[in-house]
Amino acid sequence: MKKTNRTLLSAVVSGAIAATIACSAQATTDGQVKLGILADMGGTYADICGSGCVIAAEMAIEDFGGNVLGKPIEMVSADSQLKPDVASAIARKWVEDEGVDAIGGLVSSAVSGAVSKVNADSKNITLISGSASNTFTTKTCSPYNVHWTYNVVALANGTVKPMVQAGKKKWFFITADYSFGHALEGMASKVINENGGEVLGNVRAPLGTTDFSSYILQAQASGADVVALANAGNDTVNALKAAAEFGLTEQMDVAGLLVFTPNAQAMDPATAGGMRLTSGFYWDMDDETRQWSKRFEQRHGAIPSMIHAGVYSVTMHYLNAVKAAGTDDTDTVMKTMKATKPNDFFARNATLRPDGRMVHDMLYVEIKKKDERKDKNDIYKIIKVIPGDEAYSPMLPQCNFS
Amino acid sequence: MATLFDINLFALFGQLLVGLINGSFYALLSLGLAIIFGLLKIINFAQGAMYMLGAFIALLALKYMGINYWFALILVPLTVGLIGILMERFLIRPIANEDHLYSLLLTFGLALIIQGVFTHAFGSSGLSYPVPEALKGGTKLPFMYLPNYRAWIIIVSVFVCAGTWWMIEKTKLGAYLRAGTENPQLMQAFGINVPLIVTLTFGFGVALAGFAGVMAAPIYSVSPDMGSNILIAVFAIVVIGGMGSIGGAIITGLGMGVVEGLTKYFYPEASNTVIFLVMVIVLLLKPAGLFGKEA
Repeated sequence: MKKTNRTLLSAVVSGAIAATIACSAQATTDGQVKLGILADMGGTYADICGSGCVIAAEMAIEDFGGNVLGKPIEMVSADSQLKPDVASAIARKWVEDEGVDAIGGLVSSAVSGAVSKVNADSKNITLISGSASNTFTTKTCSPYNVHWTYNVVALANGTVKPMVQAGKKKWFFITADYSFGHALEGMASKVINENGGEVLGNVRAPLGTTDFSSYILQAQASGADVVALANAGNDTVNALKAAAEFGLTEQMDVAGLLVFTPNAQAMDPATAGGMRLTSGFYWDMDDETRQWSKRFEQRHGAIPSMIHAGVYSVTMHYLNAVKAAGTDDTDTVMKTMKATKPNDFFARNATLRPDGRMVHDMLYVEIKKKDERKDKNDIYKIIKVIPGDEAYSPMLPQCNFS
Repeated sequence: MATLFDINLFALFGQLLVGLINGSFYALLSLGLAIIFGLLKIINFAQGAMYMLGAFIALLALKYMGINYWFALILVPLTVGLIGILMERFLIRPIANEDHLYSLLLTFGLALIIQGVFTHAFGSSGLSYPVPEALKGGTKLPFMYLPNYRAWIIIVSVFVCAGTWWMIEKTKLGAYLRAGTENPQLMQAFGINVPLIVTLTFGFGVALAGFAGVMAAPIYSVSPDMGSNILIAVFAIVVIGGMGSIGGAIITGLGMGVVEGLTKYFYPEASNTVIFLVMVIVLLLKPAGLFGKEA
């Protein structure tokens, strides 16, 4: 039995090595457009950018017509497992051995950071749709980064500013203890202080915390007006659950700083109803968004998150640029992408700035109460549209790659 | 420092109570694992998946069959226990004589498959299970607001843990069980059906995880990875308590809940590692665990 296993193992290993060797290195500018989609296929973020991100990119390729520069557009996809080292290895294999021109999807800021680094070295384009950190267009900006959909600045400006201005001055943070949570808390704190508010305290909860009761007690004792959840996914859902259970929602406001539609659906309408947040997209905004979302829902089985819509939009913009430029040469394509204004059901009043930040209208929405909902997909009420310039911070001079 | 302590005394009480509540949860979960681990020497890595299964079955039963929380508390552990029995009979038994590593790998693989299937079917975002009407609301204590459901968790887990301990350590059935795992040949010679006892014990241990799943459904997001998140910590608790010690698992579960609760207050960043830190220290000082039998 043991021997069989060993034999099997060596067979697998040698097979893997053979497969790696078999792939011959290709130049990037080969006239063959190939996209790589890196997503979280089975982890915490699978619902917001897993197979849905792959489907969104496929839809973009199909809607584009399937061909560019006279050749069929190719696409590969893989599971990042949310691990930066895995993501980095896949990205390297794709760009070095498989002739991938651009890598998209990209959920989790740590994963995007790893991929962006690989692509900066190999001069390949990084189409970030799923990550929140603003580092890709500030501290670690690169001529080959394109950041679509949203970032922590837009979330903080969109959600926090109106609350502070409405007199909610004292804040307490429950923050996911990793780069994204820190970035979001930092940005939100800045907005609070700039608008005359005050941060009374914070707790850093490890990613994947199930029980938030201890943190909720600390938040309760802080005497804040608002408890901000600088986390995402199940962390937000569990924190809100505990907040309702311990009566915190009756004493203070809870602000979910990053909430995706599947998370909003997982929340109890009785406690989440009335909560306001910022989103880059909502499926039920107008006819255009509804039309695309219906098609997406038919293929994916669920309504699109803002990341899904962002993947479609950025893929389309990239393909249009390749077509207009008549080449898949990275520098030329980047230049064309930045020179053309993105404009589709997702990107409204949009520009792709020289630093790679796509600035577009954001939505300030309110989670609907139970009696306001027609069905399970009817979750947001749009309060107002936030113009891109108000949502995003200005470009840094050192990141101006025009 | 003294004034800080005075101000925070109430807060500290709150943290202790919350820790105790979480501890009783840990106790409930580690109990099932300790029984399977300690009595059958099977390292059941699927215990977390069974806990998740318990929560999901309760949710689906409510949604599609209208089975409420109270019936689920009885029916779900039976269902999960039955799944455990089938798992033991058809998957684990054929490799029972192999190295323990085989059952570990098998159950680990099963856990991944179950989790994968549920992620595929229900997504990763989690679903919400309502708190039963009778346990809604809470009581205002001088130092904190205690939700009724959390109080219910303490009562139920103490009851279930004590009952299980009593059954295994003090009854005839428990004596058979302990003897059957200690010396199966001799017990068989006495005319006792040892394989049946093993199957039932496994089923019972797994049913406890299913029970914990139902208990968890109203307060945590019901999601496919809820089991894998908690499993490793629970394993550490069993190790700290001493493999094979039922009482040890219960007491350590409660204790670790309190330790974790205090860490969440004083240094939250370390709250998911503190249990492992304790484990390392205990293993260094007392390799058999705090209540372990074999040295």
